[in-house]
Formats: sequence, structure tokens, C-alpha cells
Amino acid sequence: MHVTLGKPRESRTNAIRGTEEPAREDKPLANQTDAGDGLHSIPALLARNARKWGAEPAYREKEFGIWQSWTWIETAEEVRALALGFLALGMAKGDYVAIIGRNRPALYWSMVAAQSVGAIPVPLYQDAVAEEMAYVLDHCGARFVVAEDQEQVDKVIEVQDSVHCIEHILYLDPRGLRKYDHTRLHTLKDVEAEGRAAHERFEAELEARIAAITYDDTCVMLYTSGTTGKPKGVVLSNRNIIETSKNSAEFDHLRHSDEVLAYLPMAWVGDFIFSIGQAYWTGFCTNCPESADTMMTDLREIGPSYYFAPPRIFETQLTNVMIRMEDAGRIKKWLFDTFMAHARKVGPAILDGKPVGGWDRFKYALGDLFVYGPLKNTLGFTRVRVGYTAGEAIGPEIFDFYRSLGINLKQLYGQTEASVFITQQPDGEVRSDTVGVPSPGVELRIAENGEVFYRSPGTFVEYYKNAESTASTKDAEGWVATGDAGFIEPESGHLRIIDRAKDVGKMADGRLFAPKYVENKLKFYPNILEAVVFGADREMCTAFINIDLTAVGNWAERNNLAYSSYQELAGHPKVLATVQAHVEAVNKSVAEDEMLSGCQIHRFLILHKELDADDGELTRTRKVRRRIIEEKFADLIEALYGGKDQVYTETEVTYEDGRKGKIKATLDIRDTAIVAPGGQRMAAE
Amino acid sequence: MKDTPAPTLTPDGRKIGGVLMEMKNITLRFGGVEAIKDISFDIREGEIRAIIGPNGAGKSSMLNVISGFYHPQEGEVWFRGAKRPSMKPYQVARLGIARTFQNIALFDGMSVLDNIMTGRLTHMKSGLFGQALWWGGAQREEVENREKVERVIDFLEIQHIRKTPVGRLPYGLKKRVELARALAAEPKLLLLDEPMAGMNVEEKEDMSRFILDVNDEFGTTIALIEHDMGVVMDLSDRVVVMDYGKKIGDGTPTEVRSNKAVIDAYLGVAHD
Repeated sequence: MHVTLGKPRESRTNAIRGTEEPAREDKPLANQTDAGDGLHSIPALLARNARKWGAEPAYREKEFGIWQSWTWIETAEEVRALALGFLALGMAKGDYVAIIGRNRPALYWSMVAAQSVGAIPVPLYQDAVAEEMAYVLDHCGARFVVAEDQEQVDKVIEVQDSVHCIEHILYLDPRGLRKYDHTRLHTLKDVEAEGRAAHERFEAELEARIAAITYDDTCVMLYTSGTTGKPKGVVLSNRNIIETSKNSAEFDHLRHSDEVLAYLPMAWVGDFIFSIGQAYWTGFCTNCPESADTMMTDLREIGPSYYFAPPRIFETQLTNVMIRMEDAGRIKKWLFDTFMAHARKVGPAILDGKPVGGWDRFKYALGDLFVYGPLKNTLGFTRVRVGYTAGEAIGPEIFDFYRSLGINLKQLYGQTEASVFITQQPDGEVRSDTVGVPSPGVELRIAENGEVFYRSPGTFVEYYKNAESTASTKDAEGWVATGDAGFIEPESGHLRIIDRAKDVGKMADGRLFAPKYVENKLKFYPNILEAVVFGADREMCTAFINIDLTAVGNWAERNNLAYSSYQELAGHPKVLATVQAHVEAVNKSVAEDEMLSGCQIHRFLILHKELDADDGELTRTRKVRRRIIEEKFADLIEALYGGKDQVYTETEVTYEDGRKGKIKATLDIRDTAIVAPGGQRMAAE
Repeated sequence: MKDTPAPTLTPDGRKIGGVLMEMKNITLRFGGVEAIKDISFDIREGEIRAIIGPNGAGKSSMLNVISGFYHPQEGEVWFRGAKRPSMKPYQVARLGIARTFQNIALFDGMSVLDNIMTGRLTHMKSGLFGQALWWGGAQREEVENREKVERVIDFLEIQHIRKTPVGRLPYGLKKRVELARALAAEPKLLLLDEPMAGMNVEEKEDMSRFILDVNDEFGTTIALIEHDMGVVMDLSDRVVVMDYGKKIGDGTPTEVRSNKAVIDAYLGVAHD
């Protein structure tokens, strides 16, 4: 199949072999003898795991209704075959290999196989539209693309005209692709078979390539979602990934018997650390769900012991539980309410190992039997030993709910540039309003303007082809600006994050403006999915609100409120009244904080569409892109400050297939009650 | 068997084989009403064949004749080169003909999985006793059949509703489950009675993709009835047009579209 392509490439790889091989061959052999320090690449870790835990499961994936599993030995064999196949296709050292698809073992193997031949994997967000993909593919100059299925292959083919670097597209699921032109298109299976068939020719080459990987070679390149501007390619070295994995695995006492569910985007640094970094370091098993829709069922079947989810998922799960409890019988509801009240009282204390009275303990044990245990089982959290949430602030009620059930849910603070970990909460010191103490090996510094800086072994090498951004983010001594403003609590040593540093501003009268602080308070209400607060250099604060269709829709159903679309529900006067009550409650709570009392919301409106990553309003990790929203909805902002009661607007939307359309709406603007600001003004700094 | 046309290739590279089924001068009467009047056409192996026509044209009756539910008073049905005697529907199913229904006919109280398993019934040999005890051959047979069913579930992307009772599903998914059940029978010929009726654009697109994929992946011959002209013209290789029980057109979508009688039937002219 690849005869014509193989020939010229072969001479090229031979050339590399000829010049560099002798010098490098001695070093790795020496390294292999000391198992502790020779582990400076993911392929090296894989080889160790195959020796150490050969017969234990490394990957599981549910397919055809059954959990299929692969041991470490089988994994090593699959990766080897793929790597040989890549060599046969002519993959060279330093090539960039884009990986697009949902979490599937074969795609993880492709990443490790690419690393084995000295190439650099670049996982992409699979829900990105072709246009976004084109930018990244072009920027990294990907020669190879490994795509999951027809949908992804189609997107790559679509951008091929503008992105000329792509030479081969490999795919996993052949469905619907049989009729495509296969001159540059291959199934992963064929590539593997090709590799196995050609193993005599390439075996030595592969060994040499693996041995040649150094600790400071690039391990992976991840594109940051970027709340502003184009995505940047964060280059992370083997040192970054492996040191970070080692430190964090020790911090949480991860074991090779742990189980994780890999369901978060592969392009996100967290998934790379959890499903590859920590998994290969500690040797635990990575489980891949059957499809995105079955994630909750699969979670329950696997019962992971190490679990990670953004706050949004915990919120959704809690909302679902509450909705279902509304439908429960009276006795069950009573049981639930009684024991949950008790759990809220003593659960977190029991989890933290603090002294709790015997009667309370007995009652909690009883509750565990009747309510907490079964509930945890339903949620799939029965075996969770270490759970993390990060990315956004989590509502205290939501956080406490899970902790009171006895689930060791903690917070961490991190970013791609740090290989995730900056701070995390140690067991027994968990609170909803802090993000914990510096992770092992991390140094923290708070600048005068409140911005948080860190330095750690996980600190990224550079932004790919962007020296300017690298220089403005990381200084000569290795300190990296997080872009977040925060402070360290003197009594506990925990870090508290207030907001994005560049979003923190002043209002027209000089009072402090921290939009995210208010937005988070709003978002803690289940009815509110998203909020965007405006007020920098203005007289007063105003807000856009997105309602949560699940929660509000359910409420509407219960109250016999007819609606046919998101837009109609969002514009309903009763919904407006409910949201207004939430906003006013938030105002009350904001007013309590002297520093931020100016951030009370004077006027708000409920948006007629959900903010969406496809329209560029959110990042792929669902963070609000303020600048773009400000530009796009300029007419609405004007209306908020203009004093009108209603505003007519037209908005362009992008459908999932990339087509564009328009929605029109007339939105109501509501004034809200303000708690008297105590005349407190921030003194100028 | 009469003159078999030589296998041809479609523009997108699918192979269309010889005649799989042939309807010869079919006439079907209900009392004094002639639902089908002397219609002849054939279905070739590997093609997607559409039957279209205005309401009451006799399309569903035609499908019921093919599936053996109705027995025409006149005419012959030839299947794989032999004249098919008058058969019961279950006998027809055993020949390798599966169908879906216009108004979904699933078991509401049963799970999606169980519903699709019923599609495998014609392939099961073990007796009542063996199945009740789930022992020996019966067990082996169920495992084999379950595997086939799981492949269909995977193919139609309905893993997430595997255990959900059908009654709780939305309409679009029920349609897909029905297709799954028909597919589970591994038919030679798949009959779809208005697979896209009552669906929104997105659901129609999904269904069209599945129909094309079934045809492409398994080489299944498909005969379908559909109202949505856009869908029919995009999907099918050849189209039979019926009006008032008569065949008024037969050919490729392009030919049919420019056929005077067809245009009249759809735009409406006075009938004598």
C-alpha cells in the first residue's frame, strides 16, 4: 500500500541512522540499567510498565456493550506495531502528528507511538470546526493526522486545500470512508499491519529512535484554548510531564491499582497528565467510555478511584439528582432530606477526620446505608478516593454536597503552561473558596498588582513559533505569569484567586471591578448557566444572563409553563422574575464585601441564545471570551446603559456543521434592587 | 430468469448487480377498489430503489405485497430468479426480507436491546425448552446473536439507549431502533416504509446517512417509500412513481424529475 511512498523515505531515515546512531546508542543502554533514572520518556515508561505490571490492565474501552481490556504488555505491543507502521510511512524525528478524536485507546497509542519515533503528538479538540482546525494544523505544520472517524477525516480533507503540510491522514473507524480516495488515507489497522510486516526492516531503527529521546525533548504540544486571540502551542518537555506526574502522584498517593475514566477532551492538558503522564508513571488503568452519550453509565460501571471533572459536570449531576428527587415518593423524599441535612452538618468533618460525636457518627453510618451509599453508587462515585475539580470556581453548596456524601472532592488550580499543577488542596484541608497550597516543587509569588506568578519543574518550554508571547509570559528566571489575580491567605497558606488579572479593573468612580467574582456567585444558582458582567470604566455594573435549559425547563414543566424554544423560555416574564430574584440575592452578598460592593448589578437581560464555542463566545473549555462578547453584543450593552426597557437585536449563529444563520429577538431589560453601598470607595492604590 | 442486466457501477463506486426481485404485472384489489393496477418493476442487487407517489397512490400496498403481507390477485413476484409462491410474512422474512413500518411497530415495554434481539428470531434454532433453561446451544446461540445485535447498535450509534424501554424514547430514535431491528435480521432486501416521516431536518440527515451507510457497508439492497422528494432524489439510484395505483414513471431521479406524468401527478391536474 505504501510502496511508492516508502522508498524515498527509507533513504532519509537511513541517513539519520547513519550520522547519529553510533553516538546515541551507548547512552540509552546505560540508562536502561538504572530503572529509576532511565525513565525519561513516555515510551520508556511504557516499557517499564510492561515489565513490571505486564498482565495487569492498562486500557479498557467499552465496545459492543462489553468492556474490552488491554494489558500493559498488549499495549506495548500495539504501540510498537503502530510505531513501526509510522516508520514505514516515513515519519521523521521532530514531525508533528495531529490527533483528533474522542478518548479512545488507539488514539492514546498513536500519541505514544508518535513519541516513540521521535515525533511530537498534537491532540486537537474534536468538536472544533474545520476553520479552527486549519489554523492549528497549519501552525504546527502537521505532516500526519490521526483522525477518529469520517467526521474528523472530512474536516481535515476540507482544510487540506489551505493547509499544505498534511501528507497522510490515518483513521480509526473505517465506516463511511471506504469510497474515499486512499492515496493519502490509511486505516490505523493497515498501518499497524504494515508495521508488523516490516518489523525486521525497522526494528533497529525504532529501538534507536526510542533510545535517542532525551529528558528535554518535547513530549507533547498542546494548544491553549485562548480567551483572547489565536490559540498558542504550548511546548511541554518530557521533563515537564514526567516530573509533574511523579510529584502529583506522590502528593495524592496514587497507586497502580487506581482506575480513571478518560472522558475529557484529549487536547486538554489535564487529560494528557491524567491519562498519559500519571497513568504511565503510576501504571494505573485508563478507561474509555463507549460514546460521549454513555459517559454517565460507563462512569457507574467502572467506578473510578481517581476522578476529575470541571465544576459544570458536578453541577449537572447535582441538578439531575435534585430533579429526580422531586419525582420521588414521600418516604424516600423524607429520607433523602433528613439524611442530607445531617450529612451537610457532619459529613465534611468526618471526611477530614475531625472529632465528631458518637451519635452523629451512628446517624451518619445509618445515612450511608440508606442514602449516601446508594446515591454514590448511582453517581458512580462509590470508589472515588481522590476527586478533583478545577477550571472554574465551584459553588460552595455543590462542593459541600459531594463532600458531605463522603467523596473526597478537592480543588486544584493550574494551567497548560504549568503542566496542570500550580496549587492543590491536601487531604483534610479542603475548602470551597481556596485552591490549596503550592503543589510539590512549585514556587509561588504574588506581584504587586496581585497577579500570581509561579515557577516549577512543569513550567512549559515555550510557545511554539511565538517567541514574543513566550517572553511576555515567562521571564529569564523561569517565573510564569498566570494572568490571574489572587492572594495567599496568611493563616492557612492557601491561595485564593479573585479573577483574571486583566479583567480586574476600575469603575468610572474608581471602585474595584472584578467581574468573575460576581459571575461565579450568579452561576452558583442552578437556573443560571452563564453570566457576563460589564462595568469596567462605567458608572454601574450590568449583566448578560444565560439560563440553564435543564433546570429552568424542568421548573417550567412543573409550573405548566408552555415554551417551544430556548429563546421563548428565556424571554418568559416568570423566568425573568426568578432570575431577578437571584441577581438581587447576589447583590446582597456582594454588598457585604467592602472592596467589591461596587460590583452590584444594576440592570440585566437574559440572552436569547446560549453562549457557544462554535460562535466564538466561549473557549472550547467553556470559558467566557469577554472581548468577543462585548463586540458581538455591543447593541445590547448600549441598551443596558441606555435606560431603555426593551431592545431588538439580530445575532448571527453558527450551526454545528459550520453553516451560519440569524436569530432575531426583542429582549426585556430589568432594573434590580441595589443594597445601599456604605459609601465605601476604594482608595487609590 | 430472463435477461439479467450486466453489473454496473454507480458514479460513487457502488456495484449494482443483477435483478434481485421482480414484480410482474401485479394487481391488488380490496373488494371493488383496485389499489394496484398492473404494475411491473424490478429491484436490482445493491441498489437503493425508491417508490414515490402522492397520498393514496398505493405505495404502502406495494411494499406489503413485497413483504408478503398482501397477496395480489394477479401477477407474480420473482425473488432471486424464482417465482415466489404465496407466503406468510414470517416465511418471507426467512428469505431475507426485513422491513420497517410507517407507524412504528415496536414493543413499547421492552428495552431497545430486546427489541432489536427480536430481529434475530429468524436466525434462532433452539426450542422453547432450551431457551427457557438458557442452557447449552441456546446460550451459545444467544451470545452469537447478541454480538450481531451489538454491532448493529454500534453502527446506528444507539449505545446510550441500549437498556432504555422503547416507550420512553422520542420519535426519531424509535425510528432508528426500528431500522436496527430490521438490520439485525441481516436482510438481503430491506424495505423501509417512510423512514423519514415526521422528522426534522437534522434527524432526516442522520437517517439518510444511516441508509447510505447500510447500503455501502453491508451491500444491502434497499427499497424505500418516502414523501420527501429531496431525500428521495438524493438517496436513490432508481425511482418508481405511482399515482392512483398505476405506475407513471420509472428511472433514475433525473429521468423521473423531467417526466411529464410525474410532474402532473405532483403539481396536480384534473383526473378524468
